[in-house]
Amino acid sequence: MASTDDPTPWTGYTPVAAWDEAMDVEGSVRDPYARVYAEIDRMSGDDLYSRAEALANTYLAQGVTFDHAGEERPFPLDIVPRVIGSDEWDIISPGVSQRVQALEAFLADVYGSQHCVQDGVVPRRLIATSQYFYRSVAGVEPANGVRVHVSGIDLVRDQHGIWRVLEDNVRVPSGVSYVLSNRRAMSQMFPEMFGAMGIRPVLEYSRRLRASLARCAPEGVDDPTIVVLTPGVYNSAYYEHSLLARTMGVELVEGRDLETVNGRVYMRTTAGRRRVDVIYRRVDDDYLDPVVFRPDSSLGAPGLINAARLGNVTIANAVGNGVADDKLMYTYMPDLIRYYLNEEPILPNVDTWRLEEADAREEVLDRLDELVVKPVDGAGGKGVTIGPKASREELDQVKAQITSDPRGWIAQPVIQLSTVPTLTDEGLEPRHVDLRPFAINDGDDVWVLPGGLTRVALQRGQLIVNSSQGGGSKDTWVLGGVRHRASSQPPPEARVEFGGLASVPQTAHPEDYVAGQQQQQQQQQQQQQQQQDLAGEEASC
Amino acid sequence: MLSRIAESLFWIGRYVERADNTARLLDVHLNVLLEDPWVDEPSANASLLSVMSCPLDGPVSRGDVLRQLAFEEDSATSIAGTLAAARENARRAREVISTEVWESLNTTRMDLRRWSRASRPHEYFVWVRERAAVVWGLSSATTSRDDAWHFMELGRSLERADMIARLLMTRSLEGTTGPNWTTLLRTCSAHEAYLRTVRALVTEERAAEFLLIDRLFPRSIAYNLDRAESILSQIEGSESNRALAGRARLALGRARTNLEYSPVRDILDDLVTQMHEVQRACATASDMIRDRYFLPSATITWNQEAL
Repeated sequence: MASTDDPTPWTGYTPVAAWDEAMDVEGSVRDPYARVYAEIDRMSGDDLYSRAEALANTYLAQGVTFDHAGEERPFPLDIVPRVIGSDEWDIISPGVSQRVQALEAFLADVYGSQHCVQDGVVPRRLIATSQYFYRSVAGVEPANGVRVHVSGIDLVRDQHGIWRVLEDNVRVPSGVSYVLSNRRAMSQMFPEMFGAMGIRPVLEYSRRLRASLARCAPEGVDDPTIVVLTPGVYNSAYYEHSLLARTMGVELVEGRDLETVNGRVYMRTTAGRRRVDVIYRRVDDDYLDPVVFRPDSSLGAPGLINAARLGNVTIANAVGNGVADDKLMYTYMPDLIRYYLNEEPILPNVDTWRLEEADAREEVLDRLDELVVKPVDGAGGKGVTIGPKASREELDQVKAQITSDPRGWIAQPVIQLSTVPTLTDEGLEPRHVDLRPFAINDGDDVWVLPGGLTRVALQRGQLIVNSSQGGGSKDTWVLGGVRHRASSQPPPEARVEFGGLASVPQTAHPEDYVAGQQQQQQQQQQQQQQQQDLAGEEASC
Repeated sequence: MLSRIAESLFWIGRYVERADNTARLLDVHLNVLLEDPWVDEPSANASLLSVMSCPLDGPVSRGDVLRQLAFEEDSATSIAGTLAAARENARRAREVISTEVWESLNTTRMDLRRWSRASRPHEYFVWVRERAAVVWGLSSATTSRDDAWHFMELGRSLERADMIARLLMTRSLEGTTGPNWTTLLRTCSAHEAYLRTVRALVTEERAAEFLLIDRLFPRSIAYNLDRAESILSQIEGSESNRALAGRARLALGRARTNLEYSPVRDILDDLVTQMHEVQRACATASDMIRDRYFLPSATITWNQEAL
């Protein structure tokens, strides 16, 4: 592979069984990675390591950390970016957006009239037994109909390079702050490549989020007060909460900062109480309101749900969304997309056995040693058993769990996640990755952040990529961004800022537009005339 | 501004200032121990610790003092502890303070580990003063003069008045004659300013006056009490409920005018009591500010219907 005898960082890089995104089996570099490959090829190994070290140091200084077992750790960011070609993104982006729309429609239905049950698409039992289905929020109508303001749809790429949805996260998906800070750090590390490759920007995320939160404010609030609700400084994603609050320019509150009086939510400030209109909450449903949910929770504020029901405050994401990202409900998603949107799913699911069905359960119990078994309500890679790597005892334990609680588990074939070159102690090696694109729904449109969080399993052969299981991240570059010239008109995001104000169109009538143009022309002509006059005067005197 | 955030900012101000002044105070103390030939070191050390409100029983060695006041990470009086606490507060108020201030506090906290007990203390103290200066410089250059700034400044001026009072108390430590006035002026970075203002050699009364009541020098007690008072009135603005904050100003103003309108000889004759008074005024003001701005106005009582 190396063109000269001198070793480069790429010497010895060989893809394993999985789909390698940078290199095909013959060892030639795939198109999107050509530029990254060449750039790293020119470096020495030491250069690459020293850049990686500089990267880690900036993260420590900036305090880009996550809390693991009560300890603040820097979030590992790998030096080699992951590149996604624009043709691939043209599948992912509409696919994610379609998925979010279906989830949105499903949630509206579940907490409304439940047509999907009456039409036999989803069994009623499935909804009723979901741990995250809350009758207490049935009939709470969100201000602009949006329940999934922010979502993270986890995608993987299988052995054949096909993108598949692994799971939906529509409760409180986290990780977007690492997308933003990874980009900032990487653009300082590889300025040359950023100029040349046309990478789509991610910075507008905060503006988009703010605009979408402003738009979902309760009826009649023109300039809503938005807050981010965090469980506190010991939460593993505290860095993210504070970054989002900071970049949106809103307050970051904890439960004890909020109080509810007569169905209205206020925050305590040095100048007395201040009304809160929109809460972007990063606290789980169960802890949000001790009146309705866990009475021992001190992370939320009593009375929030009632205030939301009265329409005095909007909670984003809506309470009770968990019924849609239940892993068993996931198996119904392709049907739900067809049912609600009348479209074929763009991104396929991973094949999944529903263990409640007796035939499927039997097959799975037979083949347990070659399948992956996951709890339906798990997150962070907890409770996942990978058959081929599990011991006899572990498998027996799983078998017992499945038999006693079939509703609680699903089984999937082992997917060889795609690999991307990653810097390890032994040089560049393929490591497994997944992708979590983030989508923001503002009520009119689902916008997908170009790229998303790529999580990478840092140990060889490891298939679980969660950061709580020793995973790292990569900056994700989506190609095909068009650079805006200064002379061109402002990008659409510049107008997004005041999206929440629902501006009144100034030209209500098509003829106004024509009239306006004529007026402008007239003014221009007048100005030209005046200038000519002035010039004439100057010439004459 | 959220009450919780305001409290964090107030304490960032106090902690960083405390680290800075503790470094100055320890530096001068170690110097005195070296220069005073008749020094009774254990009792001088014990006396210093009681000035800093963390007395130890038994004979106190130099190492004990350094551990208690410089390196102990879990104590709110040691430099390492205050810098770590400032950083923790900054993490809680991360979305309000600027990135530059956050990074300076964060890297300070990380670099603390480099300074082991074995290294020369003087260099450590110089480093601490530098880091505090960096934090103040950055926050002054990057913070809007709104409540965020006011609360941090408030904490800082209260702490500075308090710490200068403690520093002056080292004049009368047991077991040593204590630092002379020139040293004290130097410790407060006030020597040059003093010489320019007074245009005379250092005499006890003029030096004391300078550190107690000079209206222009930013490290005199009266200057800082006055500053805290005026910040308090800025925070209050046109608010109607001014009882508690008013009482904070009252405490500070009384302490300040007592210094300003008493004959300086009287204060010097009774320095320890007078300096205790200043510290008490700062503590009272701090409590009043907490009650007024940081705590919920009343315990919330709620029942199902009222929600």
